[in-house]
Amino acid sequence: MSAVLNFLIRRREAGIFVMIVLFCLFVGVQKPQFLTLDSLRIVLLLTPLIMIGAMGQMMVIVARHVDLSIGSILGLSAMVSGMMFRYMPDMPWFLCFPLSIGTGMLLGFVNGLLITTFRLPAIIVTLGTLNLYRGLTFIISNAKQIDRQYVPSILKSMSQPSPTLAVPLIIFLSFAIAVATYWFLMHTRIGRQIFALGSNPVAAPLRGINVTQVTLLVFTLSGALSGLAGIMYASRWGFVNPSNTGAGFEFQVIAAVVIGGVSINGGVGTVLGTVLGVLLLGCVGAALPLLGIPGTTQNAIYGSVILVALLIDRLVRAQGNRGVTQRAGASS
Amino acid sequence: MLKKSLLIGLAAGLAMVTTAFAADPIKIVYIGKNTGNPYFDSITGGFEDACKEKGCEFEFVAPATAEATSQIPFIEAQIQRGVNVIGIAPNSPDALNQVLDDARAKGILVLTVNGDLVGNESHRDATILPVDFTKTGPNQVELMGSLIGYKGEIAILSATTEAPDQNTWIAAMNDTLANDAKYKDMKLVATVYGDDQPEKSTTEMEALLANYPNLVGVIAPTTVGIAAAAQVVQQRGIADKVHVTGLGLPSEMRDFIKDGTVKAFQLWSPYNEGWLAVHFALGVLDGSIKNEVGASFDVPNLGKVTIADKNAMIAQPELTTFDASNIDNFNF
Repeated sequence: MSAVLNFLIRRREAGIFVMIVLFCLFVGVQKPQFLTLDSLRIVLLLTPLIMIGAMGQMMVIVARHVDLSIGSILGLSAMVSGMMFRYMPDMPWFLCFPLSIGTGMLLGFVNGLLITTFRLPAIIVTLGTLNLYRGLTFIISNAKQIDRQYVPSILKSMSQPSPTLAVPLIIFLSFAIAVATYWFLMHTRIGRQIFALGSNPVAAPLRGINVTQVTLLVFTLSGALSGLAGIMYASRWGFVNPSNTGAGFEFQVIAAVVIGGVSINGGVGTVLGTVLGVLLLGCVGAALPLLGIPGTTQNAIYGSVILVALLIDRLVRAQGNRGVTQRAGASS
Repeated sequence: MLKKSLLIGLAAGLAMVTTAFAADPIKIVYIGKNTGNPYFDSITGGFEDACKEKGCEFEFVAPATAEATSQIPFIEAQIQRGVNVIGIAPNSPDALNQVLDDARAKGILVLTVNGDLVGNESHRDATILPVDFTKTGPNQVELMGSLIGYKGEIAILSATTEAPDQNTWIAAMNDTLANDAKYKDMKLVATVYGDDQPEKSTTEMEALLANYPNLVGVIAPTTVGIAAAAQVVQQRGIADKVHVTGLGLPSEMRDFIKDGTVKAFQLWSPYNEGWLAVHFALGVLDGSIKNEVGASFDVPNLGKVTIADKNAMIAQPELTTFDASNIDNFNF
């Protein structure tokens, strides 16, 4: 028992995993249909966009910044492709990938440039670009929605169960992005530098880290991933709307990242934890309607789950620290 | 003496300005609930076409979000611009009273179009509504009944819990189901709310299917809800078992009608509202139409329109039903 407890304390991810299991069992007792493959499919279909966004946001938060503009980047990137679908239907559909990802990269790069050049806090810069990018979306689209009929069927089919795989392609794609992020953060020099920058921004340049370069990189990556999420939005929902598409995306993503144990103080966080944070949000999102909880209370419950997750984490960590201190005391 | 001649000069100047205005074409503005809402494109189309024919100037403006007070600065700007007619889809039944009174004090004709200031009708000159809303609920129940052979469990997927129009219709649906013997074998098992968000509407629809395995029909009296419900049914391939209907836009529903996911749905023609508003406004301004309860006038393509209680007009008496046979005739 104490070994299990010890493991839970040491592995933050295990704690979140246990929370997911307990939550699913709790729901499953009342609604047995929640513990079926069908529900798993619903949960997984709720997560790909958040997962892709969370990988970018995680890198930004590890570097001790935050990116509030990702929802607007998602919207603008999706709209650029949507307008290609609508006004240039003869173009090959797959050009939407370079187009949207490129748009996202550019917008993220602009964020990074403003932050590094003028030494402005990321939270303020991205709050500004959140509105700027959303406004640009209205301007370029003339405030017109891109309707379902313009979005290519092949793109929409990526969100539907394929006959060969049984699982929609976007779910695979989101997990592939998570694996790639893991490799990048753990096994490349620049990936490690992101952690070094976040854990001590003052010491980072002394260790030979180019702070400007790393900062530009994390915001550009966050933008690129939001651009990809924009394409996924068009695939999943089949339309692009100037005001709705991506609205509130940043809150879901930051919530998932923070639940996943990424420290808002920078320097700490794992891909596995973030993935589990995303899955927990997905489970809650799918379970609340199933339990018949009215929409008016769902927001409050959703918010409470986030706070409880953070609280448990804080308590577990305090416990863990005490354990470490005690062990240190015993050995001396 | 000097004062007096100044006053006379001023009066003369004013008179000149006024005559100059009179020679200008009538300026009509329509203020929508929010930008990027495809529904308003269609209303605007009616305004535009009628103005083209009758030689008036038309402009559409709308705030970015549909909040209670967000339309106030737009109304103020239009008063300053000196428009002759303000048409508005009010975002609040009471927040606009003061600014609309200001507009009317300046001689501007104020019409609410597609929604009224319920309880504050004295703050506008007349209202133009799409259809007789008391018939929406019964019409929808009848359409659902005809799709499922008047037998089985049905559910309602609505917009937000506080949406006034939807709640009126849902109350009428409940009333019709309970009191009309024709529908005695149809059982309403749940009413859920998707908040007019695609994601939330989708999870609510999935939860309906999981919680009520015998469900044969879902009525979604909201354009976002019906599209989300149709997408779930399409992806699961259960169109022959669960019938989705409700209120939708032909442009958003075309694909679902063509592939048989949805057999039929309803709406009015928002276009007719704009068309009627222009003909009414110009008639009132040139004196050919008296804005009095009981008065009636002829409108090209719509026929005879009568001004009903509280100076209300409706653009068409019954809902239009869209199905595979006629969907291609509608381009909104």
